[in-house]
Amino acid sequence: MTRVADRQAPPAASLAHLVRDAGLAALVAALLAVPLLGFRLNVSAQGLSLEYRLPWILYAAAAVFAGRLLLSLAARSLWPQVRQRSRGFGARFPSNTNVIVGWVLIGGALVLPWLPFADPRFLSVATLVLIYVMLGWGLNIVVGLAGLLDLGYVAFYAIGAYSFALLSMNFGLSFWICLPLAGILGAFFGILLGFPVLRLRGDYLAIVTLGFGEIIRVILLNWQAVTNGPDGITDIPRPTLFGLSFESPFRGPLHGTGFADFLGVPYSPMQWMFFIYYLILLLALGTTLFAQRMRRLPTGRAWEALREDEIACKSLGMNPVTVKLSAFAIGASFAGLAGCFFAARQGFISPESFTFIESATILAIVVLGGMGSQIGIVLAAMLLVGLPEWFRNLAEYRMIAFGGAMVLIMIWRPGGLLSRRDPTVTLGEGPAESMRPAPAAESPR
Amino acid sequence: MLKVRGLHSGYGRIEALHGVDVDVEAGEIMTVVGANGAGKTTLLMTVCGHPRAWSGEVLFEGRDITGLPMFEIGRLGIAHVPEGRHIFPRMTVLENLQMGGYAVDPRHFDADLQRVLAYFPQLGNRLSQRGGTLSGGEQQMLAIGRALISRPRMLLLDEPSLGLAPLVVRQLFDIIADINRDERMTVFLIEQNAFQALRLAHRACIMVNGRITTRGTGAELLADPAVQAAYLEGAAPSAEEAP
Repeated sequence: MTRVADRQAPPAASLAHLVRDAGLAALVAALLAVPLLGFRLNVSAQGLSLEYRLPWILYAAAAVFAGRLLLSLAARSLWPQVRQRSRGFGARFPSNTNVIVGWVLIGGALVLPWLPFADPRFLSVATLVLIYVMLGWGLNIVVGLAGLLDLGYVAFYAIGAYSFALLSMNFGLSFWICLPLAGILGAFFGILLGFPVLRLRGDYLAIVTLGFGEIIRVILLNWQAVTNGPDGITDIPRPTLFGLSFESPFRGPLHGTGFADFLGVPYSPMQWMFFIYYLILLLALGTTLFAQRMRRLPTGRAWEALREDEIACKSLGMNPVTVKLSAFAIGASFAGLAGCFFAARQGFISPESFTFIESATILAIVVLGGMGSQIGIVLAAMLLVGLPEWFRNLAEYRMIAFGGAMVLIMIWRPGGLLSRRDPTVTLGEGPAESMRPAPAAESPR
Repeated sequence: MLKVRGLHSGYGRIEALHGVDVDVEAGEIMTVVGANGAGKTTLLMTVCGHPRAWSGEVLFEGRDITGLPMFEIGRLGIAHVPEGRHIFPRMTVLENLQMGGYAVDPRHFDADLQRVLAYFPQLGNRLSQRGGTLSGGEQQMLAIGRALISRPRMLLLDEPSLGLAPLVVRQLFDIIADINRDERMTVFLIEQNAFQALRLAHRACIMVNGRITTRGTGAELLADPAVQAAYLEGAAPSAEEAP
């Protein structure tokens, strides 16, 4: 609210106004601080006792007052410049910058495990980020390109994970057979859900997909006989590389040849870390290549056109149901693949991993990355998954940082981190022509 | 080419068309003029299958297309330029035009693009610009151009003059006349701007409250005192026609 006021207020907003504004913020802080900071529960031998901490509330209010005042003073003097700069940001890049940045990112991702600071913890965070990058790219097909708000994307992720776990445990199928099966199953469920609901639009579609996500989770939780309920499935076999196993030889006799034995090097858990890191990198790159390619084909372009104007699409002979279904099914199949990988990497899955917050995180990655932007999604995934995971030591404070990061992005980049849409086709007039100033429609302010 | 017989249609429980008969002959420009809310757009949209007709029938080249879904009608050779243009604002002009060829053999595209750009040279300078950044007149040109790319045999235009300056309207209507003449394109034009529409049309009719009340050639209706009083007031043909 106050941020909007800042923008519209003339540069010389009076000091009294700023003080009043800061006072209001302090009041809110004080009210919030009463339940959050005002009490402390002490556990001692005598039992529980409640301690009242009035000063803490005052400290919080004072800190917010000072902070808010400084912020608005800074904003009053700096805001016009900041706005100018951030507005020019998208337009300053030449159009092939995306390509260059893309190659740099791919190169970076390839050498990442060999860098000196790449310890197991770092690699495991990087692998997790890549899972979310892949999920983000997959959901981007549905949300960013086709404009269908899907709040239950995690359901397809869960279907992929459970299909691998169940197929490999019950039928002994290997990861490499289950991977495409998981994709197909994801797409199948995407069509199953999509068929009845795709005539809904906007909010209604969002609600139904949200419900679908919960239904899948509840089924996994309660279908004890098949899914083992809340206890989940353990000891899911690890994938092999052309039959070479990455199992630790210390945990028992190997099935087949070990990767380390084959190369004649000593066994190290890092080999497994490298392997799954490159595996998810490959899967994620496959996802984005596929999405980029689709955008240039009639089907993919139809997704974007349908998002823009349904009436026009119908009058051009486009069947909206099949176009939407294809987006839904393809998006879902990538979630299935990612889920299959997730199950293989963790070796353990339970319904706990597929709650609504996962859907929300993936959606946040897509939206904050700038709907439709492939590189924006990478940045957003690093920001929203990588940083919180890396700063896990900070315990609950990382959620504050998470919220803070989201707020800042929405203030400075309301269209997402990278919101410029690249045309899928040009007639070779060169980049100068295609780099006209970003239109008003692109960055809603 | 297009025969509409006893068409009833509307929205929800409200009937907007009370039995409309219209014929459009191959190669002609047929126009329906009328005031706001007369049912002109409903007529065109019902022909396109959205909303569905309540009763009556629509025949295109002898085939009954009543009740077909909108996208199938779009594939039969009927190109519909909806009211308010409905271009794809975030896509470039070139991409917009390509979407016109969605249901057509892509090998035709290059030739069709040249054909469209010959009618609308202004679009040629703007191919890599986003549709939403075009001016109103250019957007209308883009919408018509996109429809032409779909290689239609009949063009349905719903109020192309909407929100455009008189000079631009005139330019646009001249191009529509060119397209009709050069390609023998059948045009079914719905317009509020009665003067411009009647000037262009071979045949015309006037729609009032969901019914066709008057029929004739464009010139006949232009000269009709009753039509002049009701729809041409202020258009002052003598002043505008002055060369």
